[in-house]
Amino acid sequence: MAIGVAEGVGAATATRPRRRRPSAYPWWFYAPAAVIFSVLFVVPTLASFYFSLTRWTLFNATFIGFGNFVQFFHDPFLVGGLVHTLIYAVLTSGAKVVLGLLLAVLLSADVFARGYLRAVVFFPVLVSTVGVGITFQALMDPSHGLVNETLTAFGLPGPGWLTNPALALYSIVIVDVWKGVGLATVIYLAGLASIDRAYFEAARIDGASEVEVFWHVTLPLMRPATVTVIILSLIGGLKSFELIWTMTQGGPGFVSDVIASLIYKEYQAGFYGLSTAGNVVLFVLVAAIMVPLSYVLNRREVQQ
Amino acid sequence: MRARRYWIGGISIIVSGLVFVVPFIFIVLTAVKDKQAASLLQFSWPSQWQVLDNLKEVIAEQNYMLLTAYINSTIITVVAVVLLVVCAAMAGFVLQRRKTAATGFIDFVVLFGLIMPPSVVPTIWVLQELHLFKTLTGMILIETAYGLPFSVLLFRAFVSTIPRELDEAAIIDGAGPLGVFFRVVLPLLRPVIVTVVVVQSVTIFNDFTNPLYYMPGDQNATVQVTLYNFQSLYDTSYNLLFMNILLITIPPLIMFLFFNRQIVAGMTSGAVKG
Repeated sequence: MAIGVAEGVGAATATRPRRRRPSAYPWWFYAPAAVIFSVLFVVPTLASFYFSLTRWTLFNATFIGFGNFVQFFHDPFLVGGLVHTLIYAVLTSGAKVVLGLLLAVLLSADVFARGYLRAVVFFPVLVSTVGVGITFQALMDPSHGLVNETLTAFGLPGPGWLTNPALALYSIVIVDVWKGVGLATVIYLAGLASIDRAYFEAARIDGASEVEVFWHVTLPLMRPATVTVIILSLIGGLKSFELIWTMTQGGPGFVSDVIASLIYKEYQAGFYGLSTAGNVVLFVLVAAIMVPLSYVLNRREVQQ
Repeated sequence: MRARRYWIGGISIIVSGLVFVVPFIFIVLTAVKDKQAASLLQFSWPSQWQVLDNLKEVIAEQNYMLLTAYINSTIITVVAVVLLVVCAAMAGFVLQRRKTAATGFIDFVVLFGLIMPPSVVPTIWVLQELHLFKTLTGMILIETAYGLPFSVLLFRAFVSTIPRELDEAAIIDGAGPLGVFFRVVLPLLRPVIVTVVVVQSVTIFNDFTNPLYYMPGDQNATVQVTLYNFQSLYDTSYNLLFMNILLITIPPLIMFLFFNRQIVAGMTSGAVKG
C-alpha cells in the first residue's frame, strides 16, 4: 500500500490513511457528543476537585484546603451516610443477584403463563421511582398499611417499617430490590438463552440431578451475566438517591441517609463546598470499588 | 412433568400477583376513591367511584401545575432523545469504524461517564456561567450529556454488525462522509435507534434527581418533581396523590406494551458478552 499523506489537521494520530480522499469517518463526527459531554460532565467533574477544597458561594470560592473533608469525616452523620451507602449497595446488589437468578431459572423453565410472569416482574423497572416510593410508603404505613394489616391478620406484630430507626434503611432496600429485580432477571434470562443447550443435555445424560445441573452447569456458565448484574446494581446502589429521598428523606434522624442524600442536604443548606466534597467522596468510593472489582471479575472470567 | 409444570406456574402466579401486582392495584383503587376512603390506605373496593372528579381536581391543582409539568417533561424528553440519537449515532459510528490511538481513550471516557456520579454543584455553576440554569434548554442538554455514554455503547455495538463494504461501496459511488452516514448507515441503524429512543425516553421521563437540582421553580415543573411536591403538600389527599402516580405511570406503561422487546434488548445488551 502506498504511503499516505497525513489527513488534515488533528489527524496526526490516524496512522492508517488507506485512501487518498478524506476519511469517510471524520473526527468532527465526535464533535456534538464531545462538546455536550465535556462541558456538562467532564468539566464539572474536574472542577469538583478544586471546589471541594473551598468555601464556596457559587460566586466566589475561598480556598480552605482539606477543611471540608476533615469536617466530612468528623461528622458522625456524614460518616454514617458513607456506611449506609455501602450497606445499601451491597445488600441490594446481593439480593438482586440471588433473586434475579432464581426468577430467571424459574421463568426459563417450561412454566405455565411465563409471558405474564416476565412482564409482571419487569414492569416495576420502568415505573417512576418517586411513584414507587410514595406507594410503598403507604403500603408500609405502621398502623393502616397493607403490609402490617396482612401481618396482623396472621397474628404477627407489624413493625414500623420506615419509622423504626433500626429498620428504615433495610425497608428501603427491600423496595429497591422489588423495583430492580426485574432488570437482573432479564439480564439472567438473556444469559441463559445464550448457553448452548448441549451442556444441559450432556449433564442430564451423565445422570446429573436438576440441582447438580444448576450448581455445576448453569451457575458457572452464567458468570458473564452475574458480573453484569453485580456491576450494574452496585453502581446503581452506590449512587442511590431517589427512592431514599421520597421514602424517608434520610430519616428518621439520619439513619437512612446515604452520600447522595447528604450531598443534596448540604446543597440545600447552602454549603456548596461541603456538598461538592461529598460528591468527591462518592466519586472516590465508586472508583475504589468498581475499578478493582471489574478487574477481578473480568480476569477470573478469562482464566476459565 | 406436565402436572408439575402447572403446579409451579400456579404458585408463581399467586406469589407474583401478591408481590408485584397488588401494589399497582392499590395505586388504581386509591386513585379512584373519595378523599375519606383513600386516607384509610385500605386495600379495598371503592365504595364511591370518583375517577373523573379526582382527575379534574388533580389536574387543576395549583393552577394547572400538572399540565405545565407534562408539557415540560414531554419537551425535555423528545428534544433530548432526538439529540441523543443524532450525537450518539455519529460518535458510535466513527468510534467503531476508525481505530486509532485515541480509541482507547474515548472508550475510557465512555466508561467513565457510565459509572461515575455527576458532580452536582459544579454542574450548576457551569450552567449558571452559560445562563442555562433553570432553563429547559439546560435541562435538555443535561439529559443528553448523561444519556450519551450508554447510547454511544449501544450504537457502537450495532455498527459492528454492519459490513464495512457498504460504506466503501457508497464512497466509490462518490458519497462524502455525511452521505455515507445519513444515507447508508443511519437507515440500517433503525433497530438500535428504536431501542435507544424507548429506553432513554422512559429514563428521562422518570428522572427526578436532575430536574430537582438543575430546574427548580414552579414554572419549570416536571412530572416527577411535581409528584414529589404533591406528597408534602397533600399528604391527606391520598386519592389525588395516587391519581397523580397513575397519570405518570401511563406513558411508561404504553412504551412497555408496544416496545417490551426493544426495552429488554437495550437493557440487557452487554449482558451476554459481559
